[in-house]
Amino acid sequence: MNAIQPGAAAPTEPHAIDRTAAASQWRLMWWNFRRHKLAMAGGIIVLLLYVVALVPDFLATTDPGKQNARAVFHPPQMIRLIETTEDGWRIRPHVQAMRLTRDRVTLAPTFTPDPSRKIYLGFFVEGYEYELLGLFTTSIHLFGPENPRESVFLFGADRLGRDVYSRMMKAAQTSLFIGLIGVFLSLVIGLILGGISGYYGGRTDFVIQRVIEFVLSLPTIPIWLALGAALPQGWPPERIYLCITIILSLVGWAQLARVVRGRFLSLRTEDFVTAARLDGASEKRIIFRHMLPSFASHIIASITLAIPAMILAETALSFLGLGLQPPVISWGVLLREAQNIRSIATAPWLFAPGGAVVVAVLALNFLGDGLRDAADPYQK
Amino acid sequence: MTDTAPVLEVRDLHVSFPTRTGVVRAVDGVSFSLARGLTTCVVGESGSGKSVTARSILQIVDTPGRITGGQILFHRKDGSTLDLAAMDPRGRAIRDLRGDEIAMIFQEPMSSLSPVHKVGDQVGEAVRLHLGLSRRQARERAIDLLASVEIPDPHRAVDRYTFEFSGGMRQRVMIAMALACDPAVLIADEPTTALDVTTQAEILDLIGRLQQQRGMTVMFITHDMGVVAEIAHDVVVMERGKVRESGPVRSLFASPRDAYTRMLLGNVTKLERPSDIRLKRVEPPVPPPPILRIENLSMVFPIVKGIMRRKVGEVRAVDGVTLEVRPGETLGIVGESGSGKTSLGRCILRVTDPTGGAIHYRREDGTEIDLAKAEGEALRAARREIRMVFQDPFASLNPRMTVAQIVGEPLLVNGLARGAELRDRVSALLERVGIEPGWAERYPHAFSGGQRQRICIARALALKPRVIVADEATAALDVSLRARMLDLLLDLQDELNLAYVFISHDISVIRYMCDRVAVMHRGKVVETGEATQVCDNPTHAYTKALLSAVPRPDPEARRIHLRHRYVAAAE
Repeated sequence: MNAIQPGAAAPTEPHAIDRTAAASQWRLMWWNFRRHKLAMAGGIIVLLLYVVALVPDFLATTDPGKQNARAVFHPPQMIRLIETTEDGWRIRPHVQAMRLTRDRVTLAPTFTPDPSRKIYLGFFVEGYEYELLGLFTTSIHLFGPENPRESVFLFGADRLGRDVYSRMMKAAQTSLFIGLIGVFLSLVIGLILGGISGYYGGRTDFVIQRVIEFVLSLPTIPIWLALGAALPQGWPPERIYLCITIILSLVGWAQLARVVRGRFLSLRTEDFVTAARLDGASEKRIIFRHMLPSFASHIIASITLAIPAMILAETALSFLGLGLQPPVISWGVLLREAQNIRSIATAPWLFAPGGAVVVAVLALNFLGDGLRDAADPYQK
Repeated sequence: MTDTAPVLEVRDLHVSFPTRTGVVRAVDGVSFSLARGLTTCVVGESGSGKSVTARSILQIVDTPGRITGGQILFHRKDGSTLDLAAMDPRGRAIRDLRGDEIAMIFQEPMSSLSPVHKVGDQVGEAVRLHLGLSRRQARERAIDLLASVEIPDPHRAVDRYTFEFSGGMRQRVMIAMALACDPAVLIADEPTTALDVTTQAEILDLIGRLQQQRGMTVMFITHDMGVVAEIAHDVVVMERGKVRESGPVRSLFASPRDAYTRMLLGNVTKLERPSDIRLKRVEPPVPPPPILRIENLSMVFPIVKGIMRRKVGEVRAVDGVTLEVRPGETLGIVGESGSGKTSLGRCILRVTDPTGGAIHYRREDGTEIDLAKAEGEALRAARREIRMVFQDPFASLNPRMTVAQIVGEPLLVNGLARGAELRDRVSALLERVGIEPGWAERYPHAFSGGQRQRICIARALALKPRVIVADEATAALDVSLRARMLDLLLDLQDELNLAYVFISHDISVIRYMCDRVAVMHRGKVVETGEATQVCDNPTHAYTKALLSAVPRPDPEARRIHLRHRYVAAAE
């Protein structure tokens, strides 16, 4: 026998039972989830990342498309908070300006700090114009050089003198939303096919399961490559973006369909579902009122774990040049800049978008693990 | 206590489990001792800490539980004494002891044995580990052991897998494993709870015989006072982590000193005879026409094999059952697992479709409908009048709905009440079954098993039914709750003129609750009759065997070893 059960355990504090007694599944899940420190941290990072994805231009300092011949392979600049002058010190964020010099013989450009010039940074400064959330045009940025004609390169510049930091912000939008939209499409297909499979069973189930097995057996990278290569080069970037998401979700739905089917099958024989049927509840009510809430949490957890796979897939495709095409910027597109040894040798900061991918994928995975552990608060 | 020297002494043992809401003291200052060569029963209801106590002796308490204080003194045959509580749970010392000098058997023979190893290898493992025997010697020893636990044909059984054995046979294998190194102490943690009564009787017999042959000390954990009366020398009664009373079995049963012990024994003896509520009833002079007439009902599962789904055989879960249920009476269906009693109950409500026969249901207006063939609105209407209470109160309530939503669901989906009226009716229903209506907004996890079963009953009553099919409705409850639950059902029956189809494996519950009984065996009804007559003077040989295997809570009249045995005629 089980000596201790979560519900039957005699809690020592009386108000603790009252609190749990009327707690819904989401609240219990939240309590479970909160104890998972790593998942909490992951959740906060994911939240921040999606804020970035919503308003990338607000956070950028320079127009991500703007080329600057005088800043080719400009190295990263560090923000200094305290300025010391002859009169003492004060808090005034600034970066050290760099001067471009060329070797007289080889003409190789080198950047040296220019001690005479400082670029002062401020909050809510004027910059390039952009559309905030697609609603209205503004030119206010969270932070940037106080003088709009100056530029700052926090993560350095690429071979065309474009600011890597601003481009990473913009790329976050594409990469993170391609994950979200791709998973949403997978979810729609997965829910419908998995639900039909689990609910009707029998021959339908057999056919759908074999289709899923077939899809799962496809070697994903070559398929993506073939489909990606089949997209006409002349298409506008938006349409390519849409097609890439669809291609990614075509493979992703199979796993989700399996999860949904499994939950359906196990729930169908639960006593409380039989009880609802005997109560006279309609099939629709049984599915949406009794069964769906029982596995909604599991599905959220699987989705969270599916997004990083999508992000990685997009990055891989774009890196190989078969996914998104410039001028659309994604982390994969940015990483193409770091494809050859020469650029790595001269400008290692071009790897920064790779760091962003790692952070995003890890954070989503931690969050997903935490959600999965908390998903069923009634099981011990 | 008996005057033989103790082999194991537990002194002021504390075990606690840290949880989110605080520390649960599962074992709170327990002291007792096991006399050498005798059987000590530790008895208590769920949550009493009896299993945790047993597990802490071998240091196998489930995480995050921890022994926080006390001593467990083990006096070995050579005169030395060890304190088991002070040992490292993963250390060498305790591992050498486990299975060698102190062995344990568990409740679930299904999950305690490995499905991928042959029986002989599993039994032989202990001897190879502790005695260092070779493979061949271990195999010989395994065959001896299987023979000693009376497994037929041990030479062949040794090469079989556990899934080829029934529950009782698996428990025998478990015992054989436990005996492998001739332990001084055998700890049995509810070893017969998952078994049928007749199998339980066999296992109890076996343990008793082995104990006498080997002079073994047995610590037997159980919740069943009948089992205690049948096998114990000494008894320890536990409640909520504390020992309430301990002593020799006869004096404890004859003159219990503790109020809790008296309550336990009172509840058990109460179920030894028909309920007072039922005895007070007046028989109607003319029996009314039956509300349910089950005619030649059968339910056959095909056994299919391979991808072509070829039918290779069939299982007759319900095999030509004919029964009647009259309005306002309780018909008991009794049988062991696999007898088809649950399938029968599920057929009546069409949870599963019967494959033959008819179930005539007589409506209030006198018209009849065949439930076996009803479809659509007719079936829905019938299901409003015939309701079901399930066995497992934990699985049958949706954990994601509040109690008010659960009880109100049938009223809501049938369009009978909504809004304020629904709320009032739910409150009234909850009050009727003894649940505080103010708790309606709580979720099922806030309630104990007994309270949950009351909520299930409230849900069944919501539609003012005429028949309730209760499938093992009290099996998951402790004895102290069981009698109260049955009384509630009987009160409701008087009040609402309900008919019950009461499915149970427990003869005492049937005797207490039912007017008439049908005994099922392998899908067939072997005997029907008045409850008192069937329970006291059975005519069919199977019923006799079943009844005589039930342990009675009377240590003066031990009789399991005198029971009838029933061997089914070859088919």
